[in-house]
Amino acid sequence: MLRFTLTVIRRDLLLAARRRGDWITSQFFFVMVVSMFPLGIGADPNILRMIGPGVVWVAALLASLLSLSRLFADDHRDGSLEQMLLSPEPTVLLTLGKALAHWLIYGIPLLIITPVLGIQFALPGEAILILVVSLLIGTPILSLLGSVGAALTLGLRGGGVLLTLLILPLYVPALIFGASAVDATLAGTGAEAHLSLLAAFLVMCLLISPWVAAAALRVSVE
Amino acid sequence: MAFNLYYYAAPATFYGLAGRLIPWFAWGSAVLAAIGLYIGFFVAPTDFQQGEAYRVIFIHVPAAWMGMFIYLVMAFWSAIGLAFKTRLSFMMARALAPTGAMFTFISLWTGALWGKPMWGTWWVWDARLTSTLILLFLYIGILALWAAIDDRNRGDKAGALLTLIGAVNVPIIYFSVQWWNTLHQGASIKPSGTSMDEIMLAGMLIMAAAAWFYAIAAALTRVRTIILERERHTDWVKRILEQ
Repeated sequence: MLRFTLTVIRRDLLLAARRRGDWITSQFFFVMVVSMFPLGIGADPNILRMIGPGVVWVAALLASLLSLSRLFADDHRDGSLEQMLLSPEPTVLLTLGKALAHWLIYGIPLLIITPVLGIQFALPGEAILILVVSLLIGTPILSLLGSVGAALTLGLRGGGVLLTLLILPLYVPALIFGASAVDATLAGTGAEAHLSLLAAFLVMCLLISPWVAAAALRVSVE
Repeated sequence: MAFNLYYYAAPATFYGLAGRLIPWFAWGSAVLAAIGLYIGFFVAPTDFQQGEAYRVIFIHVPAAWMGMFIYLVMAFWSAIGLAFKTRLSFMMARALAPTGAMFTFISLWTGALWGKPMWGTWWVWDARLTSTLILLFLYIGILALWAAIDDRNRGDKAGALLTLIGAVNVPIIYFSVQWWNTLHQGASIKPSGTSMDEIMLAGMLIMAAAAWFYAIAAALTRVRTIILERERHTDWVKRILEQ
């Protein structure tokens, strides 16, 4: 059973490695959105330090949604998704593998870019570390919840915008806990409580999202 | 005639039942709203702290209750529909959503009208306000999903799944928003803690009942239209339409 999930992950990683332009786009999107904020707001380091965590987190949400709209779409178009659904393995493992692969492709590079952006926003080293940790815990949530939205909007007109409408409200707890963790570090009160809640939310998403995504996928493809 | 749940689960029989119930609920809502508004505007005394502006609660509080409650009812029908594959459940969920979104919007709107004289601002990022706003976003997402899916069967189930995952999330969202709010600005603004006058409470409860009756009447009217649209190939609908 686990082997099926691993196969799905390996296949998606291989596809991503063959088509680098696809996923690098959303990383550049992330960098550009974050870089627009100082231009719009002004270069005062105090203001930037205050808004930095929130801006990075919101940009991470948008970048994840941008790449999620294609999570199942490519496989659906060439028919391989139907073959995977016909296989005797449970669909839950497919959606779990897809979400994890999405996190590896989109979330990990995000974590590597984030420290640079943190420096741009004049964040101290400790806050940057917490920002990266909060994204490390938080980005799998985005991939897991987003996979539900991607399955629901599969093959619909204007699927990308629709996905944003459906999923952004559900991202609210992740955004709040993640950005608050960094704020708490800046205020000197410690980020453990926020990170624990974020991790609890991750566990809940891990338990629920693959099942809902599997049900949604069956509804969308049948 | 004993009330048989399974009998009325069939759209054809429910159509008739809904048709007979709608006038009762519609007139009940109109009468209750008239009484409630009369109490609200003429009988209830002026609040010693909030002046006349507090009277907006006679619309605001019932609307806020209905906005939340209708979402729960939608989640209930969605779960029933997914579990038992009953056609009528999905139709009820679809019929309820616009009314729920409307009440949520009204509660935000009237809340802003009340906030301006009371708090001196139209909007604060208070926990309750923010979570109501996110509830409105959830409604909009569900309505947008239904609008985008042409296939009826797929739309029903996709909307039901989204409603349910939203229902799981609503408590977490409320909790996270409340926590975020207290963390950032503290409980600086709170509605006055005065205990309510009895006549005020009576007026508000009557208005809440009026909102209930209105929501039921609107949902039943909408579900009748949906039933006719979906069952248009059947003989009984053709007979109705010929009349």
